[in-house]
Amino acid sequence: MSVEARLRVRRGELDLDVELAIARGELVALLGPNGAGKTTIVHALAGLVALDAGSLRIDGVTLDDPAAGVFVPPEERPVAVAFQDLLLFPHLSAVANVAFGLRARGVARAAADRAAREWLERFGIAALAERKPRELSGGEAQRVALARALALGPALLLLDEPFSALDAEARGRLRRDLRAHLARQPGMRLLVTHDPVEAIALADRLVVLESGRVTHSGTAADIAARPRSPYAAALAGVNLFRGRARDRRVEISGGGTLVVAEPCDGDVLLVVHPRAVALYRDPPAGTPRNCWRATVAGVDPEGERGRVWLAGPPAIVAEVTAEAIADLGIEPGRALWVAVKATEIAAFPA
Amino acid sequence: MLASGEALAALRLSLVCSLSATAVCIALGLPLAWLQARVDFPGRALVRGIVLVPVVLPPVVGGVALLMALGRRGLVGAWLDSAFGVRLPFTSAGAAIAEAFVALPFFVLTVEGGLRAADRRLEEAARTLGAGPWTVFRRVTLPLLRPALVAGAALAWARALGEFGATITFAGNFPGRTQTLPLLVYVSLESRPEAGILLSVVLLAVSLGVLVALRRRFFEAL
Repeated sequence: MSVEARLRVRRGELDLDVELAIARGELVALLGPNGAGKTTIVHALAGLVALDAGSLRIDGVTLDDPAAGVFVPPEERPVAVAFQDLLLFPHLSAVANVAFGLRARGVARAAADRAAREWLERFGIAALAERKPRELSGGEAQRVALARALALGPALLLLDEPFSALDAEARGRLRRDLRAHLARQPGMRLLVTHDPVEAIALADRLVVLESGRVTHSGTAADIAARPRSPYAAALAGVNLFRGRARDRRVEISGGGTLVVAEPCDGDVLLVVHPRAVALYRDPPAGTPRNCWRATVAGVDPEGERGRVWLAGPPAIVAEVTAEAIADLGIEPGRALWVAVKATEIAAFPA
Repeated sequence: MLASGEALAALRLSLVCSLSATAVCIALGLPLAWLQARVDFPGRALVRGIVLVPVVLPPVVGGVALLMALGRRGLVGAWLDSAFGVRLPFTSAGAAIAEAFVALPFFVLTVEGGLRAADRRLEEAARTLGAGPWTVFRRVTLPLLRPALVAGAALAWARALGEFGATITFAGNFPGRTQTLPLLVYVSLESRPEAGILLSVVLLAVSLGVLVALRRRFFEAL
């Protein structure tokens, strides 16, 4: 009982080639920068885009396999989608929008209407049942869209940026609601997002997609431990550098040089945790192997610890205490000394 | 003067013929608009040209074309006559067909514009919810197309109501049978100019009324 997919789709600039597996009851978050192919994956799973090669099986049933000449149209797939742009039917009331899928799948009018109202009730918007989508707020419309997808009880539920239209507070509330509803349904779910917090809050596993390829698959901790791309590193909140190593010196591709503890050679990825980046007003004494002068590009004080973006090269993020921010007078435009111990830099082949 | 039997008969005939012509436009025009907007088939440019040609053709020439196609010795007309005994020229049905021929492009263009402007992602969403192509068309495409359908039908109706050249050429000018209001205006201008002018004003008022009522819908649909 699972989704097994090998999706190959070429569309314009995008060359998508991914393997994707989702187990029963699992919620996988699909993360990636814009243009990575996230929406194309959603469309391929839903049947709105046909595969060029590969295959898609859900619960053992082949839904798309160009080599075998199999293509099951979207309306016959056990898949429902909550779209990024909601795509509520503007001419139908909220309850009719939710009932639409049940009606299309042959449920009698009265029963579909009753079930739709129950779903609106669960999302706390039963009072808005008769309203048209244009009379709903962003959060209310988002709830209707989620209810419409969930009402079908699909084997595979696709959530494409389901909270993108909401402010932070509404987002947190709806996320909690959604988690409660998902816990009641046994299906497989794919959550597309570019918000790591959202992914970590809801998902069992993260899949990172970049330029049509899966660059990571695992838990957030896995990715933080060994991020393999700038995107994944930013995701995990760590610094990541690409460079070319010779012995212990690594020429960073964006400019600058870092010295590492262990000799290595060729193309490497370097990871530096922001907490390992020290900041000084004057050139530091002692033995930090990496020390350079940089201008503060931005500061984000956040509780006891704050993040400081430094322009470089190499550009780096430091995490320091609020005290240090005050003591050093850190503000954008200020020049500081940056120090990173060689032993704090993790290097692995790219 | 307007209440004269002749004028009333022409008015009644005009309404019947123009409404029938509008029905024909909807029945033929919706599939045509759909084909033009959604289906890429060989010969699309030709079909488009044939549908649009009445816009630029002098209506009298359109009437001649109809005679050649549907007349008693016409390509299709001869067959209609021999197979079903149906003769269209110089009948009320012929008048309606002449009006539909001239009015069709107005309906097709408006509805095609509406189809092109429609958000196709809504149709995709409907399919992922389990609706087959026909259900999608009936429950999503058509309701969203309503403003364009209303605007197109009203424009086609107004054009059919005012049709003159194709009607008189294909259907003739028989009071009570094919003499519609515009034809009566033409005849009246020779014998009773005041009556002709009055009828013209009535027709002008109706056409203007339709366009004013439609202004917003029409431009939204386009």
